[in-house]
Amino acid sequence: MSPSLLGQLDYSAAHLFSAMVLLGSFAMIYQRRMVGMFNAFAFQAFALAAAAAWQAYIQEAHHLYVTAAMALLLKGLLIPFALRVIVRRLDIHRSIEVVIGIGVTMLVGIGLVALSALLVMPVTAGAAATTREDLALALSVVLIGLLIMISRRNAVTQVIGFMSMENGLILAVIGVAGMPLVVEMSVAFAVLVAFIIFGLFFFRIRERFDSLDVHYLETFRGERR
Amino acid sequence: MLDVILLGVAALIGLGITGALWPRLPQANVIVYGGSLIVSAVLAGAGLLDQLRPSSGAVAALSLPMGLPWVEVHFRVDLLSGFFAVLLNFAGALISLFALGYGRHDAEPRRVLPFYPAYLGMMNLVLVADDAFAFLLSWETMSIVSWLLVLANHRQEGNARAAFIYLLMASFGTLALLFAFGLLAGAEGGYSFAAMRAGTPDAWAAGFVVILALIGAGSKAGLVPLHVWLPLAHPAAPSHVSALMSGVMTKIAIYGFIRIVFDLVGAPQQWWWGGMIMCVGAISAVLGILYALMERDLKTLLAYSTVENVGIIMIGLGLSLAFRASGVPEYAALPFVAALFHALNHALFKSLLFCSAGAVLTATGVRDLERLGGLIHRMPRTAVVALVGCFAIAGLPPLNGFASEWMMFQAVFTSPSLPQPLLKLIVPLAGVALVLAAALAAACFVRLYGVLFLSRPRTAQAAAASEVEPTMTVAMGLLATLCLCLGALPALAVKLIDPLAAAIVGAGLPSGAGWLFLAPVVGELNSYSGIIVLAVMTGFGLLVVLLAHRLGTSRLRRSAPWDCGFPSSDPATQYSASSFAQPLRRVFATVVFRANETVDMPDPGETRAASFKLGLWDPAWRLIFDPCARLIGFLADRFNAMQFMTIRRYLSLMFAALIVLLFAVAATAQ
Repeated sequence: MSPSLLGQLDYSAAHLFSAMVLLGSFAMIYQRRMVGMFNAFAFQAFALAAAAAWQAYIQEAHHLYVTAAMALLLKGLLIPFALRVIVRRLDIHRSIEVVIGIGVTMLVGIGLVALSALLVMPVTAGAAATTREDLALALSVVLIGLLIMISRRNAVTQVIGFMSMENGLILAVIGVAGMPLVVEMSVAFAVLVAFIIFGLFFFRIRERFDSLDVHYLETFRGERR
Repeated sequence: MLDVILLGVAALIGLGITGALWPRLPQANVIVYGGSLIVSAVLAGAGLLDQLRPSSGAVAALSLPMGLPWVEVHFRVDLLSGFFAVLLNFAGALISLFALGYGRHDAEPRRVLPFYPAYLGMMNLVLVADDAFAFLLSWETMSIVSWLLVLANHRQEGNARAAFIYLLMASFGTLALLFAFGLLAGAEGGYSFAAMRAGTPDAWAAGFVVILALIGAGSKAGLVPLHVWLPLAHPAAPSHVSALMSGVMTKIAIYGFIRIVFDLVGAPQQWWWGGMIMCVGAISAVLGILYALMERDLKTLLAYSTVENVGIIMIGLGLSLAFRASGVPEYAALPFVAALFHALNHALFKSLLFCSAGAVLTATGVRDLERLGGLIHRMPRTAVVALVGCFAIAGLPPLNGFASEWMMFQAVFTSPSLPQPLLKLIVPLAGVALVLAAALAAACFVRLYGVLFLSRPRTAQAAAASEVEPTMTVAMGLLATLCLCLGALPALAVKLIDPLAAAIVGAGLPSGAGWLFLAPVVGELNSYSGIIVLAVMTGFGLLVVLLAHRLGTSRLRRSAPWDCGFPSSDPATQYSASSFAQPLRRVFATVVFRANETVDMPDPGETRAASFKLGLWDPAWRLIFDPCARLIGFLADRFNAMQFMTIRRYLSLMFAALIVLLFAVAATAQ
């Protein structure tokens, strides 16, 4: 293959994997059942792992393989599995209550992608094309993660939204050549810690209210009559 | 000079730490106040020598790697800061001497000792700061330290509220200054004063900077309507601290104002700035002294009189700015010199008067004028120095207050040389306000002195008063001597300020006035010599006494003593502070303060007591601050709901804010 074709392949594949991560975010928006949500999250993590591995290959930055492995094992396998166990053990209601309708949320998500592109493209005018696309997609993933957190009432889905935001951050980090490994490690650990904390939190809520609907918490605190 | 000041600041802070660590030592008082006295005296002497050196104009600058990690802290001493440092440290040294005696009567010295030297040090640091960061940091520290000093007698009723309002106004003022510096620094963020001086802001930005500086420095100096904290906080502090706050800190605020408006804003001068500043100054001068006339509390009265004097200084600065913007710098020097001279004088006589108030407070424990009286027999030395202070602040020759106010009037007379018709109208009006303020000030201090020192004691505390200890009277005596010296030889001060005017407004006083005569505009206007007036007054006074003794009879004559129109011996039948103010209250205050008097006289035969009620309505509170407080309360109630939202709603708010900001970035980045 000629170098230019190779360069194009580099770019196209990186773009494809990043777009798959974003696709995972959209997949999470339209899930109505908890298990589907976990699957969508696992899909996003696989896509992220693929994106990281591809970036490790084209940048020849071998430490990114570690990031890819962490995304694959931790986020793609361990966390969805653990969440599934928790849901089964606690006998949690498996459907997701939405605050904003799914169609509207999708439209808002599309708007967020457009906003990210409008924002990142002019700001990073001098950077390499790969980095620019990657940053735009990563910002959309972060924003959609936040959107998932606010448009779903269930605590488990809020955790998933939070971790999806972290995926977006990692997507941004791997797209930039020369980022040290320390950053990814810390981000990964942050996710793990958040997962543990939220896990504890679930047990406490479950113990007290027999449900994970944060609505009960609000009633308990006297915020809603 | 700069290194001397910085070392002095370090020494003062060290004294503050000493005061904080060992407040219970029996000598803590002497160490802290004596140390402050020595440091201030050294700084004052060094500063004076530096200002008077023929080669002065040399600027010392230094930058230290402190503060924010990527910014150095810049310090610099030029003629302007040097002059204010002399003012600050002279007054500071004498007030520290006074405090050596006064501090011994402090109920809780631990609440004062750590902060008093730090307060002096921070004021010095404001003067030498040469970038926005150092300036704001030392300015705000100065405010906070003085706030702690205001809280020293926190158990007394009303003091906590006074301190709270002071803190609020100080933060507001600093915020305004922060914005002013932000506008001056521009988009590149040149926060050193050198960068601000070099840059030229847009005309509108410069106008905003002037308005913000007027708000920021004016709230600290006590310009109407931002003066409301001043009559609350100044009296609440111990008297030597009140003297520093009223006499000195207001001058630091004026320094900040001059630094920003005359120095940092730079080239694009506009005449309306001067007009605006003069209007604010005129309103402050008249309203301040009217407030003082209505006041019964000794220290509050003095604080209101500070508002008046700051107004007078601002009139001078505004006039100078107007002349400079109109391209006649030779006339700009006179009001500038007059304003700074008045600032120096005010620092001296207001410190003197607050110290006298402190002496009266020590001797009697009373601040209410209606419960004092007859102190001239019980505190003769305090009475003499307070008389000098009252003469000076009332603007009577041959004292220093007259000399500076006279120069101010001369400056007003030069206003026809201004080109703008509106200014030609404003300046004479400001002059009229100046005349009115001077006359009312005379009435105010006749009232103060008459009720406080003359007449018969109105209460047992006043009757039982005795003279205070020598350290206090000596300090007051030195302040009074300085007032007299500067009044007799105003050229002493004018020579000190003249090179400064040349550096700041571009021209010195046109005449190289001699030591004897003050003749600011030779050939056109008048001249004044304090020493000749003093000599003539003394000469004629002695002549009259001599003649009276020579020509008067020495025969002994017995008769019933004149009872001064008071056949009853009850002290309550005398003129009181409010009855003395009644004519002026009826003329002015019925309009400005909506003063109303209600007399409740029982019918003949009824046994209940008659009563007289006086209602005053404070326009600053009623028109500005009360509505503001209500608005803030209303908004706070609405926002209170935000405290009890669900996590999801908080996240939604954050999300919305993020999206709005991203939209803003996207829109501006195109």
